[in-house]
Amino acid sequence: MSGHDHHHDHDHDHSELSETQLRVRALETVLTEKGYVDPAALDLLIETYEKKVGPRNGARVVAKAWADPDYRARLFKDATPAVAELGFAGRQGEHIVALENTAKWHNMVVCTLCSCYPWPVLGLPPVWYKSAPYRSRAVADPRGILADFGVTLPKDTEIRVWDSTAEIRYLVIPMRPAGTEGWSEEKLAELVTRDSMIGTGLAKDPK
Amino acid sequence: MNGAHDMGGVHGFGPVEAEPNEPVFHADWEKRAFALTLAVGMPGGWNIDMSRFARENRDPAEYLSMSYYQIWFVALEIMLKERALVAEDEIAAGHALHERKPVTRVLSPDDVLKVLHRGGPTERETNTRAAFKVGDRVRAKTIHPLTHTRLPRYVRGHAGVIERVIGCHVFPDSNAHGAGENSQWLYTVRFGGCELWGADGDPTLTVSVDAWEPYLEKL
Repeated sequence: MSGHDHHHDHDHDHSELSETQLRVRALETVLTEKGYVDPAALDLLIETYEKKVGPRNGARVVAKAWADPDYRARLFKDATPAVAELGFAGRQGEHIVALENTAKWHNMVVCTLCSCYPWPVLGLPPVWYKSAPYRSRAVADPRGILADFGVTLPKDTEIRVWDSTAEIRYLVIPMRPAGTEGWSEEKLAELVTRDSMIGTGLAKDPK
Repeated sequence: MNGAHDMGGVHGFGPVEAEPNEPVFHADWEKRAFALTLAVGMPGGWNIDMSRFARENRDPAEYLSMSYYQIWFVALEIMLKERALVAEDEIAAGHALHERKPVTRVLSPDDVLKVLHRGGPTERETNTRAAFKVGDRVRAKTIHPLTHTRLPRYVRGHAGVIERVIGCHVFPDSNAHGAGENSQWLYTVRFGGCELWGADGDPTLTVSVDAWEPYLEKL
């Protein structure tokens, strides 16, 4: 079905994967024959999350928050409408809260129970976000998680972890890097990584 | 339920390994399983809490041995079979064998972007008053329901502070089992690292969870 390598959080033997591939194909055929799904709708869903919705959306929100003080105020007051101003809204982002990183505290987002993630601004979550190592340790040893990502914070920085247990979706607004005064939103957005908006990374250093 | 999905604080899973330049999907079947799950919710008539319960309600060894989209896919099969929309012999044959059950709606290509943009907000109007206010000290109840809950084990029995009164939201513990939305006040509750993890806790850590009023008692 696919020539891609499989990089999952667990190893699988090939027979198990083939079994899943076959069953997925069989189920799609059955559902299509019964008129429960339209394959063209499936194609559009895939295209949307593969090509259109992703962390570049969130990067635009962050860059605007850095560059535009009025937008920043609206974003921290009520993020859902502020994010919708840029056209990002809907499934798995119905109730968004923006979390501000500062020199004193650092926010990190996890879903220990499943994989809740703010789709309209970050797209679908990477495998590591859904994996047992991240979900188990983010709430107990976030500095250890940050070390896995090569990030070290000062010992006295407060670490605020947000476990997405309800339908509130959290977006971290990383600290704006020094030396970016006067930059355009487009240029600033290039410094905003996906991981910096989850809290497992920092914005890129422009130097 | 106290399933393998409730992972906060479990030891032994090793380091987080991020994949550089990770693609959105790793195989065609993942794309199809993802899209089927989103599309079939409409004719299937289930809600997100039922989906979550179908995913987590399995042997812990099985849960931990499956990839994320495998879990999504088996949950989808279970929900379809429970509602007699699809039967195992049809999946085995790869073709429809039984009469089609009428469904209210099917997701058309024209509706996809509209439906995604609308999403499924969970906030509801209420004429009840929130029992807690910002700054109140509360304890997460010690509960162990066999059914769906969104109160993770690692906070149960622990004391925290109400950080935010979010609003009145659909209560998953009811909604997952067809008992109605039963909307309840939802709060963000902040717990200290040492309250949760004792002497091993990081004193610079706080963990916030979103918890419905029935999960909490006043201290």
